[in-house]
Amino acid sequence: MGIITINGKRYEFTDEKNILTIIRKAGIEVPTLCYQPELSVFGACRLCTVEDDRGRCFASCSEEPRDGMVIYTHTERLRKHRKLIVELLLAAHCRDCTTCDKHGKCTLQKLAYQLGVNKVRFDDHREQRAVDFSSPALVRDPNKCILCGNCVRVCSEIQGIGVLGFAHRGTDATVTPAFDKAMIATDCVSCGQCRVVCPTGALTIRHNTTDVWQAIGDPDTRVVAQIAPAVRVAVGEAFGLPRGENSMGKIVAALHRMGFDEVFDTTYTADLTIMEESAEFLDRVGKGEKLPLLTSCCPAWVKFVENEYPEFKPNISTCRSPQQMFSAILKDYYRDEANAKGKKTFVVSVMPCTAKKMEAQRKESYTHGQKDTDIVLTTHELIRMIDAHGIDFETMPSEACDMPFGIGSGGGVIFGATGGVTEAVLRRLTEGHDSATLAAIAECGVRGPEGIREFTVPYQGIDVKICVASGLANARKVLESVKSGQKEYHFIEVMACPGGCVMGGGQPVGSTKAVCAEARTRGLYAADGDMAIKKSDENPLMDLFYNGFFKGKAHELLHNHE
Amino acid sequence: MLDKSYYEKTDEIIERYGKKPGSLIPVMQDIQAEYRYLPAELLTYVAAQIGITETKAWSVATFYENFSFEAKGKYVIKVCDGTACHVRHSTPVLEALWKELGLSKKKHTTDDMMFTVETVSCLGACGLAPTMMVNEQVYPAMTPEKALELIAQLRRDG
Repeated sequence: MGIITINGKRYEFTDEKNILTIIRKAGIEVPTLCYQPELSVFGACRLCTVEDDRGRCFASCSEEPRDGMVIYTHTERLRKHRKLIVELLLAAHCRDCTTCDKHGKCTLQKLAYQLGVNKVRFDDHREQRAVDFSSPALVRDPNKCILCGNCVRVCSEIQGIGVLGFAHRGTDATVTPAFDKAMIATDCVSCGQCRVVCPTGALTIRHNTTDVWQAIGDPDTRVVAQIAPAVRVAVGEAFGLPRGENSMGKIVAALHRMGFDEVFDTTYTADLTIMEESAEFLDRVGKGEKLPLLTSCCPAWVKFVENEYPEFKPNISTCRSPQQMFSAILKDYYRDEANAKGKKTFVVSVMPCTAKKMEAQRKESYTHGQKDTDIVLTTHELIRMIDAHGIDFETMPSEACDMPFGIGSGGGVIFGATGGVTEAVLRRLTEGHDSATLAAIAECGVRGPEGIREFTVPYQGIDVKICVASGLANARKVLESVKSGQKEYHFIEVMACPGGCVMGGGQPVGSTKAVCAEARTRGLYAADGDMAIKKSDENPLMDLFYNGFFKGKAHELLHNHE
Repeated sequence: MLDKSYYEKTDEIIERYGKKPGSLIPVMQDIQAEYRYLPAELLTYVAAQIGITETKAWSVATFYENFSFEAKGKYVIKVCDGTACHVRHSTPVLEALWKELGLSKKKHTTDDMMFTVETVSCLGACGLAPTMMVNEQVYPAMTPEKALELIAQLRRDG
């Protein structure tokens, strides 16, 4: 508690942990490269340095506020310091900005411009290091790394994995996996959170857009897209729409203009996931085996369990993820000559997620030896494709998805937020669909920003114990508590990214994480609110699936087989 | 995968310091003292045993110049290149050794595993500059000629 004077104005503070937070709350922007509010304070970049009334300079991110402090954020001395810091960083940085995926979004590039660094006086004598293309999801270019340590901290503190670390020291220091291993040879789960916090182009998404353009250009190929729930509330912000606004209609229209033959909504298979997973859950509860049931929608989480908790593998639902269900269905549908009409089918899945690229390559993601999902595009890549096609997204009219896979329920849409899968399961298992019933489910504890949420729901005479977690460090805590017998659950939902898919590693990066998560989550619940069909089992396409073209194929197409 | 005896020895070393993250450095030092280098497999093994990530162990091991992931020769020659030794011509000594043994800045150990040549920043014996160490023995006031003579002597000793 106290008063701090910043640039001559007095500001009250309460429990802020550092001066930087107070400065930013006051609406003053001090540059940072290594500060992330949800990570530990590192103090590496020194850009947030401020000066006090006695002329002392210190990093505001790692200084506790004291009552009566007088500080200045933009003095001549600080301007010089900051400019030199950025100039030195640029001297040891690959400066191929024009061809960098981070161009225009790079914090280092932005700061160099803001601080007026118009010449770098020092030559880069470092040996060029090899770029790591081994991961299907991410590209690691050590020549663009500025050693801010954000990726190192997010991987160990938020995801509890710690694949990336610092190695060597001084001018030889690098960020790398142990023994300079290729990313593919590590325990990396491809969640992409490292890429979200990387201020430069050192960690970027592995792009697959070229293959998609090629397929679109081929007249003998039918290019079909499926769009995941979380994508629709993130694309708009890249084109000046309000943050979190549902722009599904515009996305569908844009994909049609780009040349996609059919555009579908992954929400449809989210509904199928609910049908299958609910049935599987009731079956396991009935038999009292393989509990708790662990959700299988998130490939980074599945990989995490395989790597670190193999004893829980039998607990993972056998359901394929919505992406893989959809692709299997599409490939099966167009394998039928009457539907194929002489064309090859190329399935593109648009996801908020980098790990989906890894999932699409797993051996279970093949049916009859054929890859179900041909290409996974992240939201970020979709935005770049919309840009590349010269589409004015803001003025794009809305279009609906194509049939016969174009309808989803509200339960499917909320998959994109943490707790969404669980809420959709609860809707499925609950009788009735009046607003009071749905509101009661929403308020049972399933929603919220907390990383671990536990609650109990009565169902047919038993108290169903549920845990919802996001962020793999939280998931580890949950599994450890189950392993030690301290906790007992029937159902555990885990999404690897904190906040769920809306904050996935493939989403555009902007503003602070808290602001993005709140807006996108709100957008998804609003999209749910707009839908007439709230429950997965009331989606009219469910009946068509189970009793129509796919009759008898549910097990083959919707589940993973050992 | 190394021979079982390596892991047994490592278990014994870990036992000395306890299975805790703080044991990392002394454990690595003892392993290196035992094998004259730090086998990568053992670093991974130690990390798992004391409850840290492999990456963290790698970070610490690469931070300190003293740890080596390459097997070293029977004779580890440390040529001091600290300020005092440098101005008293330690570089010609180093170059003479490199030339004689076919080594370089990148290649530290001879193929017959007899000699490893490294530079160190100070041996704390500036009065004896330029200084050199062979294993635990200090050799003062070196010249290229004296260094080559010493190599010949060590070769004769085998």
